[in-house]
Amino acid sequence: MPTITYTDATGSARVVEANVGDSVMETAVRNGVPGIVAECGGSLSCATCHVFVDEADFAALPPMEEMEDEMLWGAAVERQDTSRLCCQIKVTDGMDLHVTTPETQV
Amino acid sequence: MPTGPEGSAGLLIIGSSQAGVQLAVSLRALGYEPPITLLGDENHRPYQRPALSKEFLQGAITKESLIYRTQEYWDEHRIRVVRNERIIRIDKRDDGSGVAHSMSGAEIAFDRLALTVGARARRLLVEGVDLPGVLYLRNADDALELKARVPMIKDVVVIGGGFIGIEAAASLNKMGRTVTLLEAGPRLVGRAVGAETSSYLLDHHRQHGIDVVLDADVRRIVGSGDRVAGVELADGRVVPAELVLIGVGVIPNTELAESIGLECDNGIRVDAHALASDGVTVAVGDVANLPNPVPGAPEGDRIRFESVNNAVEQAKVAAYAIVGRPEEYAGVPWFWSNQADLKLQIAGLSAGHDLTVVRQDEAKGKYSVLYYRGDAIIAADCVNAPLDFMAVKAAIASGAAIPPGEAADPAVQLKSISRNPS
Ligand SMILES: Cc1cc2nc3c(=O)[nH]c(=O)nc-3n(C[C@H](O)[C@H](O)[C@H](O)COP(=O)(O)OP(=O)(O)OC[C@H]3O[C@@H](n4cnc5c(N)ncnc54)[C@H](O)[C@@H]3O)c2cc1C
Ligand code: FES
Repeated sequence: MPTITYTDATGSARVVEANVGDSVMETAVRNGVPGIVAECGGSLSCATCHVFVDEADFAALPPMEEMEDEMLWGAAVERQDTSRLCCQIKVTDGMDLHVTTPETQV
Repeated sequence: MPTGPEGSAGLLIIGSSQAGVQLAVSLRALGYEPPITLLGDENHRPYQRPALSKEFLQGAITKESLIYRTQEYWDEHRIRVVRNERIIRIDKRDDGSGVAHSMSGAEIAFDRLALTVGARARRLLVEGVDLPGVLYLRNADDALELKARVPMIKDVVVIGGGFIGIEAAASLNKMGRTVTLLEAGPRLVGRAVGAETSSYLLDHHRQHGIDVVLDADVRRIVGSGDRVAGVELADGRVVPAELVLIGVGVIPNTELAESIGLECDNGIRVDAHALASDGVTVAVGDVANLPNPVPGAPEGDRIRFESVNNAVEQAKVAAYAIVGRPEEYAGVPWFWSNQADLKLQIAGLSAGHDLTVVRQDEAKGKYSVLYYRGDAIIAADCVNAPLDFMAVKAAIASGAAIPPGEAADPAVQLKSISRNPS
């Protein structure tokens, strides 16, 4: 099964098994991973599902669309080079993704 | 039904949607220990509504992705989720404890009660509304029925040009149906956005093929045999329809609250800590009538919000009140509405504005209206313009100024001209 590792701002990690086709946000929320708020439920309207993707994993992800890019400028914690909104990242077969959640989402 | 261990019945949350789910989750996050029962009358696992008129209706996502939490999550956090039980009577004592009775005869004791019972679709009172093929859209059952009928039909009439009506119309239009939208008022979404935004939406949806009729006076819904066939207007015109979707607002579900003597007036009246008039029962979400939480709102102003953001934020406040660490609810209300390829994001409340500034970049399809009261920015409607939305939301929260003169130039980034209060 694909796995997503969510590390919080204090460094503690949680590994969650994910379903192909779900988003990285849905996987987090359904399992109650703190640090992902996702108020808009994945409709790219809230920027409260911001994550920093592990550098090694970042390049392999499909690139983001312009709307995601714009929304990221409004995230509660300043974006970095590896920032993504994880409702826009779909879990794929064999994925082993590592992300860090910001200190706050709001 | 069993109550909690050793006589502790814990908290009963009636209504397991956005507000109820958030309340349960926030309480556990705050270390609340007593049993929590999250009870609802729908025969589904707790799910979110917004996509019902958008991504779910269009088939872009499945029902599974609407579910809030896995069963493991509920088990792990000792939250008992009860579905398909409708509470019809409550015996409540002065200390806030009591017993709730369900339609199926179950009795659930509680030490403390939370009412997160939301709102229901307002019914349209005209001839023909009971015909098969006349639908409302409030919950998953409604959406499942609507979705099942779409492949079998061509002509749709949507009655009501509020958010749900427009979103559904845009979805159905995108799915290849012939859509007529009938709005009784002179403009679209008259309650929630300003005149400029209404007219932008009107042009956009007409250009994309929706036949929008304003000032529509619906006389009756006409049938053919035992099915709906069209909608008759006051001028005698009959708009053909094999499906009629009605979205004319909601009514807060205050009946239970009234029956136990809680003050109600367009919702259950609560204070800034989400406490109802008995001082112990909490009410959160679409059903609650609360003091306007916006910083700088007029004294004594009250409001009932129908939004995810309010359900979530107010639930957190209620959770703090329940664990004995009351906090005041102050926040910048925000809302989104996806209408096919158009993303509307609203920050703040525009009521009471005396100046509007329109920013439009036609080439990029971006459009925003900023609302000011005096020098202060109080709200914005932003279409496909998340940067404007984010900048205004941040400015309202921090009390920053966005000078209207400079903001009028759409090439200027609002964030770059925001001035923090000195
Ligand atoms: C189609 C649609 C699209 C929407 N789109 C958006 C959007 O884009 N953005 C946004 O911010 N908001 C949107 N909303 C609004 C948002 O979904 C609501 O504000 C939110 O669901 C309110 O949550 P709530 O928990 O207060 O109430 P509700 O969601 O109404 O939930 C109340 C629950 O209580 C149950 N209940 C009621 N009485 C009883 C009883 N006696 N016993 C047991 N159970 C009971 C009800 O069946 C229901 O399940 C949309 C709503 C709909 C219907
Ligand atoms: S969940 Fe709202 S933008 Fe991702």
